[in-house]
Amino acid sequence: MKEDLYRDIREAVVAGDRVRAAELARAAVGSGLDLLEVVEKGTVPGIQRVGELWEQGEYFLPELISSAEAMKAAMAVIDPVLARSEARTRTAGIAVIGTIEGDIHDIGKNLVASMLQAGGFEVHDLGADVALERFIDKAEAVGAGFICLSALLTTTMINQRKLIGLLRERGLRDKYKVLVGGAPASAKWAEDIGADGYAENAVSAVKLAKALAGRG
Amino acid sequence: MIVAKRPKLELLDRAFVDRIVDEGLQLLERQGIMIENAEALDLLGGAGADIDRTAQRARLKRSLVERCLASTPASVTLYDRSGEKAFVVGGDEVHFDPGSSAVTMLDHETQEERQAITRDLVDFYKLVETLEHLHFQSTGLISSDVPPGASDAYRLYVGLCLSTKPFVTGTFRVEGFKPMRDLLAAVRGGQEELRRKPLAIFDACPSPPLMWSHLTAQSLIDSARAGIPSELISMGMTGATSPVTIAGTLVQHVAENLCGLVVCQVASPGAPVIFGGSPSSFDMRKGTTPMGAVETMMIDAAYAQIAKALNLPTHAYMGLSDAKVNDPQAGLETAMGAVLGALAGVNVISGPGMLDFESAQSLEKLVIDDGICAMVYRLLAGIAQRDEPLALGLFEGFTPGMQFLSHPHTRHWYRKEHISAGLADRDPYDAWVAAGRTSIVDKAHEEVAKRIRAFAAPSLDEALGKELESIMAAYARSQGAEKLPPLLQ
Repeated sequence: MKEDLYRDIREAVVAGDRVRAAELARAAVGSGLDLLEVVEKGTVPGIQRVGELWEQGEYFLPELISSAEAMKAAMAVIDPVLARSEARTRTAGIAVIGTIEGDIHDIGKNLVASMLQAGGFEVHDLGADVALERFIDKAEAVGAGFICLSALLTTTMINQRKLIGLLRERGLRDKYKVLVGGAPASAKWAEDIGADGYAENAVSAVKLAKALAGRG
Repeated sequence: MIVAKRPKLELLDRAFVDRIVDEGLQLLERQGIMIENAEALDLLGGAGADIDRTAQRARLKRSLVERCLASTPASVTLYDRSGEKAFVVGGDEVHFDPGSSAVTMLDHETQEERQAITRDLVDFYKLVETLEHLHFQSTGLISSDVPPGASDAYRLYVGLCLSTKPFVTGTFRVEGFKPMRDLLAAVRGGQEELRRKPLAIFDACPSPPLMWSHLTAQSLIDSARAGIPSELISMGMTGATSPVTIAGTLVQHVAENLCGLVVCQVASPGAPVIFGGSPSSFDMRKGTTPMGAVETMMIDAAYAQIAKALNLPTHAYMGLSDAKVNDPQAGLETAMGAVLGALAGVNVISGPGMLDFESAQSLEKLVIDDGICAMVYRLLAGIAQRDEPLALGLFEGFTPGMQFLSHPHTRHWYRKEHISAGLADRDPYDAWVAAGRTSIVDKAHEEVAKRIRAFAAPSLDEALGKELESIMAAYARSQGAEKLPPLLQ
């Protein structure tokens, strides 16, 4: 019964079981179910529950990251099939993300990328030590709405300000929502440099991105 | 006379120590370590290690590691600027140094962190020079008012001008090594003199898990050849960049450190090496690296015990706090760490003054922490017999209500047996109120001002001063700075 499958997929995501999540996704594809419904009633509620558990202080980083991986594993099976079919994948938005030039720290950034993806965004993760121009070039190339910048060092975080300057210089500032994060960043920092927002962790990052996307 | 017992902390039994070392050695043999430095790979290859050049990976056989352990000195002696005063870094000798490479200063007036500038570095060095229980300086602050390319040598240069204590420092760039070594050699009067009487320790951190970068491997090679002790700072974050279990992190810690030790020995057999670290119990909520977590301190004490079993000098980042202000958290984390580190016999304990995940320094905290170190040294001195018999003689002619205050015995022993209160508040309540309800932080702030006002720089030979300035100016120019900030001596 499809209700059982939706429940099982939800539970696999909440349990962070990526093997099971991929298995169930394959079963869903194999039995010809409406994949948009599988996503809406299976994986998405699963990851929403994970976000709740995080906010309640029940789930911590290890749970968050494995659940995001489980979601990714299921979507890796479902996305290509959805793309081939007539049904369009509704995305919450398109985001380009990376750790800023000069900085190789990426644990937090990887988590945000996974959670954004799990939250329905199309995510282009450029990795770490990403030259400023690459963020802009990629965002232009994929038609992104969001540029997400991570920095862990006070010495590299100034590049977040530089990127915003570059966008202005090229007359592109209004095209993108720029979000910043990383240990030295803060809401005040985001304001100072003219970014569109700051998020302290992956769960609030997704909330912020969705809120900004909603405002168009 | 019964000799005072030095109190000691050991968290592992011998079998566990051996097991951890064994797995560390197996890890080095099976998985090896990534080293992004061609010269290091060449040296290791020449010594029989199994090298994969494309992957930049070295697998070290047990016999190679054991040979290198055998050639590493069990202790290193540092000397002060004059070369007269010696500090043994080995056995269970404990030396505190302020936590190094902070980027911000906690401003007492505003209670906010601000970027450190040369002025702060000068005050820092002056204050630490006067703090009796910090045996070593560290190049504790990075000045934001000099070009980043010159900042590693610059903080050492300023320190050598103002202080006589030995330094814990390190390079930020490969090019920084030569001017820093030249500054030290100038003080000693030559490279060979510097080798004979080390004045500074150079820290180098592998990148967890299991990697030595180009810069840090180069620091090991250059320091080894110059006879400058390398302090290896493994810094796994449990469950993030090292195994989540303490035992698992210890295995990685041993592997990373021993690989660094081998690089030093193949570059220059007999090179002085200090087994050190700054690991942490990664916070699974905040994604931060708490130095104040008790598990962090346990990892430190345990790897120190392991290093001692391997006959090596030890170091750890302990005696510091993650708090952002001088509050109870700052006090309790620092004190716990300082005591545990000292009981574990860690030879170089880096931490005093430090806040906010090793990123901030506080002058007030330095003073408070010096008081913690004073207590620690008293603890390490233990309980001595002092008298024969212990007390019976004092009770001859006992009468009820006898008091000891006026006894010559009390006058003779009280200062030797009990240290002064320092800044700790010992007032009765009403007196404390009448004195203005001051906290230890308020008192520390006054003490900072007093000490810095009274500071007279230990005299530096004029010719040497000029030579140091010339070495520093040349390097700064090569990094694009035509002028250095004034030292405001």
